Amino acid sequence: MSVLEIRGLQVSVDTENGSVEILKGVDLTIKSGETHAIMGPNGSGKSTLAYSIAGHPKYTITGGSVTLDGADVLDMTVDERAKAGLFLAMQYPVEVPGVSVSNFLRTAATALRGEAPKLRTWVAEVKGAMEALNMDPSFATRNVNEGFSGGEKKRHEIMQLELLKPKMAILDETDSGLDVDALRIVSEGVNRAKANNDLGVLLITHYTRILKYIKPDFVHVFANGKIVEEGGPDLADKLEANGYADYVSK
Amino acid sequence: MSVLTTNYLTPTGREEAWRFTPIKRLHGLHDGSAIVGDRNSLVTKAGLPQGASFTRESLAPLAVSDDVIIERIRGEVSDVAHLSIDANAEIKEPIFLTRSAGALDSAELSRVRISLGTHAVATVIVENIGDTLLAEDLEISLAAGSSLTFVTLQEFDSKSVYTARHHAVVDKDATFKSITVTVGGDVVRILPTVEFTAPGASAELLGVYFATTGQFFEHRMHVDHAVPNAKSRVNFKGALAGRDAHTVWIGDVLIRAVAEGTDTYELNRNLLLTDGARADSVPNLEIETGEIVGAGHASTTGRFDDEQLFYLMSRGITLENARRLVVRGFFNEIITEIGNEEVQERLMERIDGELERAGA
Repeated sequence: MSVLEIRGLQVSVDTENGSVEILKGVDLTIKSGETHAIMGPNGSGKSTLAYSIAGHPKYTITGGSVTLDGADVLDMTVDERAKAGLFLAMQYPVEVPGVSVSNFLRTAATALRGEAPKLRTWVAEVKGAMEALNMDPSFATRNVNEGFSGGEKKRHEIMQLELLKPKMAILDETDSGLDVDALRIVSEGVNRAKANNDLGVLLITHYTRILKYIKPDFVHVFANGKIVEEGGPDLADKLEANGYADYVSK
Repeated sequence: MSVLTTNYLTPTGREEAWRFTPIKRLHGLHDGSAIVGDRNSLVTKAGLPQGASFTRESLAPLAVSDDVIIERIRGEVSDVAHLSIDANAEIKEPIFLTRSAGALDSAELSRVRISLGTHAVATVIVENIGDTLLAEDLEISLAAGSSLTFVTLQEFDSKSVYTARHHAVVDKDATFKSITVTVGGDVVRILPTVEFTAPGASAELLGVYFATTGQFFEHRMHVDHAVPNAKSRVNFKGALAGRDAHTVWIGDVLIRAVAEGTDTYELNRNLLLTDGARADSVPNLEIETGEIVGAGHASTTGRFDDEQLFYLMSRGITLENARRLVVRGFFNEIITEIGNEEVQERLMERIDGELERAGA
């Protein structure tokens, strides 16, 4: 059983006009096996929350704490956070020219498992993960995210989620840019990771449609840099009906 | 042992062709003060396949050169190491030429010829290794319809000085592809030059270089489109790390008035991995006719992409390994063109080592 605890998190970014505060005190606790949906309008700071937890250098933490099973996440380097069990599925996965998917996955698995996976079992493992997400075998020889369609990028992220087996996953708008079929395949991947690894999930989304496939236990409404309302799955239905207007005008 | 004669113009460093080169570090190769040793270091690494021969013979130069060091070599040396591929021979396995002996207390003046008969196909890999002072006039002749992949590996140790011209003369419908790799030496200055002698000829000049602390690597292309309907591509990628690492890439492409239907593109990309390094990149396209298929050039110099490093690290990969992956990836596009796994992996490991040594 793992616990990711976010307490009073305040984050700012440097802009041309000086430092701007984006997160204004976020409190959230996620336990193994739980799925929390964070929903909110564009520009509310949802992605900032995701990238701050993962340790992107662009963001400056100005207050609060993030711990995973009591360990200070904010004190860790980006790779240490991954080793501690955090995973961020990115909205815009980055191209790494000249580095093949298979080389990248093996390097990542070696880093996270502390030793290189045995070649024979590893090949089967990757093959299985790719098949489960309806990915062509030639995918492994392509360069990381280079020339990938939007859907391929998201499948690649979820394939990593399944292979790397983190304790906590933050999915940043994983549903964006996916057609219905791809959304279902990607969602099934997340659900498998939940079932197999007792994964805790922080699902960041603008729309409710992914929640039909990945059932949240808790829904948090995010606006203006903090959580403004919390509830069960029915809160998503309310948002579907009424939109975010009630929250952004406050 | 003999002393070079001095009846050539000695570069001062102010000439256009020499303005970047640290001539004080050339050990007198440029001004005739170098002591010339008696060694012919280039040898075949393994037995030669059928259709290939390697001899030493007296040969007149294929083409004139305005490079003062090349002129000196030709003035001193008549004996040419000659790798010859018979007409119509199709040799699948690469032919390796390597250096058997080097020395720093005297210089070697080397003349090399690689010639392909009509419709011959071959891959030649020249390995420059060890510590040596070496000035080389290397000429390549591709007869009509022949195809050569020419790989030249500068894997020198840290004190070597190498100045060379690698000149290819490409005949009708012949295909010349070169991959120039420079990862070792103190000063390396290579002039990869090409002239087309008949239509339908094509040349692809690829290269990678990685200079670390104090190293100077210069690659000065010249592609002469003097006939119609020839094609050329140039793509050189370089990385630099450490104080006073300095690279120079000059891409001179000349499309003469008669060269209608020319198709050319040249590209140079540099990756500055630390402060204190300098990459000079000068594409230079001279066009004397408008009746061409295409002509273009691009040059970029950048640093590590923080987003790439973040992405890799977010998967548990350390900063050091993330940088290594990015640099390997950067060079991979060109290195894989060599088509020999053993050589490719050796070069990648050398690149890893250079990166580590420079502390980048």
